[in-house]
Amino acid sequence: MRFRKPKNTLEGQGKPASDINEMTEETTIPCVRCKKNLTSDELENEKYVCPYCRHHFKMNARQRIHMLADAGTFVEFDNELTPSNILNFPEYDAKLEAARLQSAETDSVVCGVCVIGGIKVAIFAMEPSFMMGSMGRVAGEKITRTFERALEENIPVIGFAVSGGARMQEGMVSLMQMAKTSGAVKRHSDAGNLYICILTDPTTGGVTASFAMEADIILSEPNALIGFAGPRVIEQTIRKKLPHGFQRAEFQLEHGFVDKIVFRKRQKAYLTQLLEMHKPLSLRA
Amino acid sequence: MTAYERVTAARDKKRLTSLDMINGIFTDFLEMHGDRRFADDKAIVAGIAYLENMPVTVIGIEKGHTVRERSMRNFGSSHPEGYRKALRQMKLAEKFKRPVICFIDTSGAYCGIGAEERGQGQAIAENLMEMMTLKTPIISVIIGEGGSGGALGLAVANEVWMLENSTYSVISPEGCASILWKDSTKAPEAAECLKLTAQDLMELKIIDKIIAETDLLIDGLRLQLITSLEQYNAMNTEELTTQRYDRFRSI
Repeated sequence: MRFRKPKNTLEGQGKPASDINEMTEETTIPCVRCKKNLTSDELENEKYVCPYCRHHFKMNARQRIHMLADAGTFVEFDNELTPSNILNFPEYDAKLEAARLQSAETDSVVCGVCVIGGIKVAIFAMEPSFMMGSMGRVAGEKITRTFERALEENIPVIGFAVSGGARMQEGMVSLMQMAKTSGAVKRHSDAGNLYICILTDPTTGGVTASFAMEADIILSEPNALIGFAGPRVIEQTIRKKLPHGFQRAEFQLEHGFVDKIVFRKRQKAYLTQLLEMHKPLSLRA
Repeated sequence: MTAYERVTAARDKKRLTSLDMINGIFTDFLEMHGDRRFADDKAIVAGIAYLENMPVTVIGIEKGHTVRERSMRNFGSSHPEGYRKALRQMKLAEKFKRPVICFIDTSGAYCGIGAEERGQGQAIAENLMEMMTLKTPIISVIIGEGGSGGALGLAVANEVWMLENSTYSVISPEGCASILWKDSTKAPEAAECLKLTAQDLMELKIIDKIIAETDLLIDGLRLQLITSLEQYNAMNTEELTTQRYDRFRSI
C-alpha cells in the first residue's frame, strides 16, 4: 500500500505517462488519490492538481514551462539534439522510438530561455514520459548548455527535476553527465548567478546526486518522492518495510534538504518574488 | 577475459584494497577522521602521506579483507558522512596546496534509511560540484569496483585511471540484468552490454590510463603518480580547473 509507486522507476514504460494521456484525452478521470472524478477542463484550470485532495498530477515539461513563462516568451534551444545508441545496447533503439512517440519529445529535457514576471531566465524542465526522465548524453548536454548560456548572459536558471536517474542504456557515458552538469552548475554559481530547482515526483538517482541537489534554492511539490536510492532498492537492501512518508517532500523538508514545499498554483508568484529579490543591484527599481 | 570475469576479479576478497595501496605507495600515512558534522565513516579512509618527498592527501574507499574488517567497513559502501569527510580533506589539500589522490573500490554508495535521512544524493552532488573547481591536482584510481554515483563522488579528477581488472559502471550487472530481462542470473550478458571494463572505457575516452596488474603494480603506480603529478603541479590553478572541466565537458 505504502509503496505502490510506479514499479519501474528507471524505465517507467507507460505508467507515469498514462496519467498524463488520460488527462488530456478522456473527458473525466478519477483522481489517483481520492478517486473523485475530474474533467480534463477542470484539471487544466487547476494546473493538474486535484481540487478536492490537492494531489499533484504529473505534468509534461512543456506544460511546466507554459505554466511559468510570461505569455509568448519561451524560446527553445537544442531541440535538434537527439539521443543515439552509443553502446549498441539491446532494445535501446526501440525504447527511444517508443519514448519519442509517447512524449512527442526528442529527449528527456526541454531547455530554453523565457521571461518570468518580467525577468529573463534560462529554464529547463525534465519530461517524465520520456524514459522516466532518465539522463543520458543528450539530456546532460542540454542541461550543461543551459547553464553555460545562462552564465554568458548572467541570468538565473530555473529547473524542474523529475527523473529515475542516469540512463542505464548509455552506461558510463550517462554517469559522466552527472559530473558534466555539476561543473556547469558550479561555474554559473561561482559567477554569482541564481539557480532554483523545483523537485517533482519522482526525483531520484543520478539526478538527485547531481544538479537537482546543487541549487541555491531547492523547492519541491507536495508528496514528491525525492531520494538517491529508490524505495524498492532500499527495502531489498535492508530487508524491511520503509516507514510511511519516507523520502517524500515533507520528509526532505524535515531533514533539511528542501527549502520550501510550494503548491503548483503558487509556483509562478513564488518564483517571481524570489527572482525579484535576487535582481542585480543595477536592475532594482 | 570476459567482462564478467573482470567483474568477478574486481570483487575478489583477496584483491588489494585502498589501505594496501596507500601503505604500499606512500610513506608516513596519517589517517584523519570524521566529517565534523555527524560521524566518522569507516568505509572511507583519508589522511596525509608522503609520495616520495611530496606531501599528498590520500582518500580511499576501503572494503577490508577479513569478515570482521569488511563488516566494520560496511563492505566499502559509504554513507553521506564518508563523502563529506573526503570533501573536508580535499578542501584542506587545496588550502595547503597538496595534490589529492583517490582510490575507489565500492559496489556503490550505501542504500539505507540513515543514508537517505542524511542526504546521500546531496553529499555526492556537492562533491561533484566542489571537486570540479578544487584548486589542486586530483588523480583518481579505480582499483576494484567502481560502483556508479558512489564511485563518481571521488572521481571528478584531472585524470581517472583504472587497474586492468577493475570495473566502472552506472549500475551493477545484476541490477541491469534484472531490469532488462527480469533475471539477475543474466549478469554476465549485462556486463558485456554495459561496457564496464577498463579496456572499453579507455576506448570511450572515459578513463585516461589502464594500470597493468603485475607484481610491479605498487611500484609502477607510485612512479606513474609521481610523473603525472609533476605535470599537474606545473600548471596554474586556472589551467588545472579548466583541464578538469574540459575533460568531463567533452563526454
